[in-house]
Amino acid sequence: MKYAYFPGCVSRGGCPELNQATKLICQRLDIELQEMPRASCTGAGVLQEKNQFLGDTLNARTFALAEGLGLPILTICSTCQGVMGQANRRMKNDPEYLAKINVSLAEEGLEYKGTAQPKHLLWILIEDYGLDKLLEQVTRPLNGARLAPFYGCYLVRPPDALDFEENPSRQDSLERLIEALGATLVDFAGKSRCCGFPILTINEKNSVAMVAKHTSEVKDLGADAMVTPCPLCHLNLDGYQPKAAKQARRPIDMPIIHLPQLVGMAMGISARDLGLQRHIINTKPLITKLGVAAG
Amino acid sequence: MDVTLNIRRFDPGVPQPESYWQSFDVSIEDNGTVLDALIKIREDTDGTLSLRCSCRSSICGSCAVRINGHAGLACKLQASAVMGDDNVITVEPAGVMPVVKDLVVDFEPFWEKIRAVKPYLQPQGLEPESEYIASNESMLHLSSVTACIMCGACVSDCTVLEVDPTFLGPAALAKAYRFTADPRDGDTDGVSKERLQDLTQATGMWDCTRCTECVTACPKGVAPMDRIMALRDQAIAAGLTNSNGARHAEVFGELVGHSGRLDELKLPVKTVGMFNIPAMLGFLPVGIRALIHGKMPSPIHKNIEGVEGFRRLYKKAEEAGEE
Repeated sequence: MKYAYFPGCVSRGGCPELNQATKLICQRLDIELQEMPRASCTGAGVLQEKNQFLGDTLNARTFALAEGLGLPILTICSTCQGVMGQANRRMKNDPEYLAKINVSLAEEGLEYKGTAQPKHLLWILIEDYGLDKLLEQVTRPLNGARLAPFYGCYLVRPPDALDFEENPSRQDSLERLIEALGATLVDFAGKSRCCGFPILTINEKNSVAMVAKHTSEVKDLGADAMVTPCPLCHLNLDGYQPKAAKQARRPIDMPIIHLPQLVGMAMGISARDLGLQRHIINTKPLITKLGVAAG
Repeated sequence: MDVTLNIRRFDPGVPQPESYWQSFDVSIEDNGTVLDALIKIREDTDGTLSLRCSCRSSICGSCAVRINGHAGLACKLQASAVMGDDNVITVEPAGVMPVVKDLVVDFEPFWEKIRAVKPYLQPQGLEPESEYIASNESMLHLSSVTACIMCGACVSDCTVLEVDPTFLGPAALAKAYRFTADPRDGDTDGVSKERLQDLTQATGMWDCTRCTECVTACPKGVAPMDRIMALRDQAIAAGLTNSNGARHAEVFGELVGHSGRLDELKLPVKTVGMFNIPAMLGFLPVGIRALIHGKMPSPIHKNIEGVEGFRRLYKKAEEAGEE
């Protein structure tokens, strides 16, 4: 199994532990990752606000680079995945639009033929690798851990950009992965809501209130941690949780675990190798509870 | 077809009222809607169940409720399409707005926001000698927004309204766009600058998180969030760039266009402004915590490989997109 690796900006900036954990579990699972050093930011929906054509062109450029490698794209960020999926859908549905975009791509001698398949690691683990095969690699089932899912908006909406109709099982993929790895699922309505990150610099009070709402809710449901396939959600839910606790006038202390860290813990990889010490909210109680080697 | 409806009920008439779940088994036609099931329960099983409905053909906007956790019109959704393997459907009142009784919510906060955006044409300048002329194209464009039936589904599921009741919200902002995009509104070029100015204030267009809940919830394809994004575009085009939201969008493009990747350190600083001391101090505790935990992005921001070619392409696509 080989993929064109699209780590996104945040996993090489504010969440280096995500990039680290992804590479480590992929290596152990024999999933080969081909770097794309020329690939750019997807625009994260922000560029698209102002100039959708520009945003779509940047993604077409990345798609063309992956086509050149002859590989499907592996993403590790809900936002990257969603934005790429939306761009891909627009281009596939409208050949004229794609042709116009290709005029811009010719500036770098590139052409997007419309065959790229961006796919989130979460979906790849279930659809391409297979849960059964993944379970063969599990040396330390996460029995006893109570874990709450948190998807990130772009991995749940809009459904047609995520091919939910063709792959209905994507809609509860995170819950199934959590349970397959032996943990107890803490289901809650907030799992598909917004973490608040996009308005952090615009309306911090509201953004932090969203952090408080979701983390407090799973705390009250007895969760040991939240698991997210989105580093932007992680940045807000983890990094701004101390502020959220202050705003909500209550202790929260809810560790926010990246998806590949969850898989890595079940595979017996040490906490240090997975970068679990690089979180703002202390992950030690979880590590101790699960008996994960500190490393 | 047999279905089980788990309904969240609320009776304000009892001492210390609290919401509770009640389950009803009901038999409906195979192609029956969730509303058919609700009406059958009210008619046959429990006459005290309160709900709003009228047209039964998704045009009056009365029956928006939360079905399996998400807002929608009970009359538009077939029960067979939304029930789980166990034939169970959960029905709750719409979110955000206060519950009056069972599935009936108080729409006053909804109407208050609609009124706040002044939902009527405000042309400036001299009146034309005869009628105002608007192109077919512009009116066709507006028809997708005027398709709104004021059902409140978008408001019910808005993630910002959940934490901040002062936010104008998706329905009112989409309604505002219906006027800012109308060539008859605003100055003689159809630019509604004063309206846009009002909407750039706190609680307005820049407070939307782009979570897309409203787009998914809307039963009429109004896509409120897309209208909010169009409002932002209009505001920037009208020169209303002195807000964190406008700067965030501008700076994001600048940074990505320069290096191909987002510079996470510069984005927040440039958004609030380097000399905005209170905001900069606000970043400090977060920054220090990030530094201690090895999460601070490197101050040396690396460009993507072949950035010169990328910059040329970016510029070309930016210009092509603006046309």
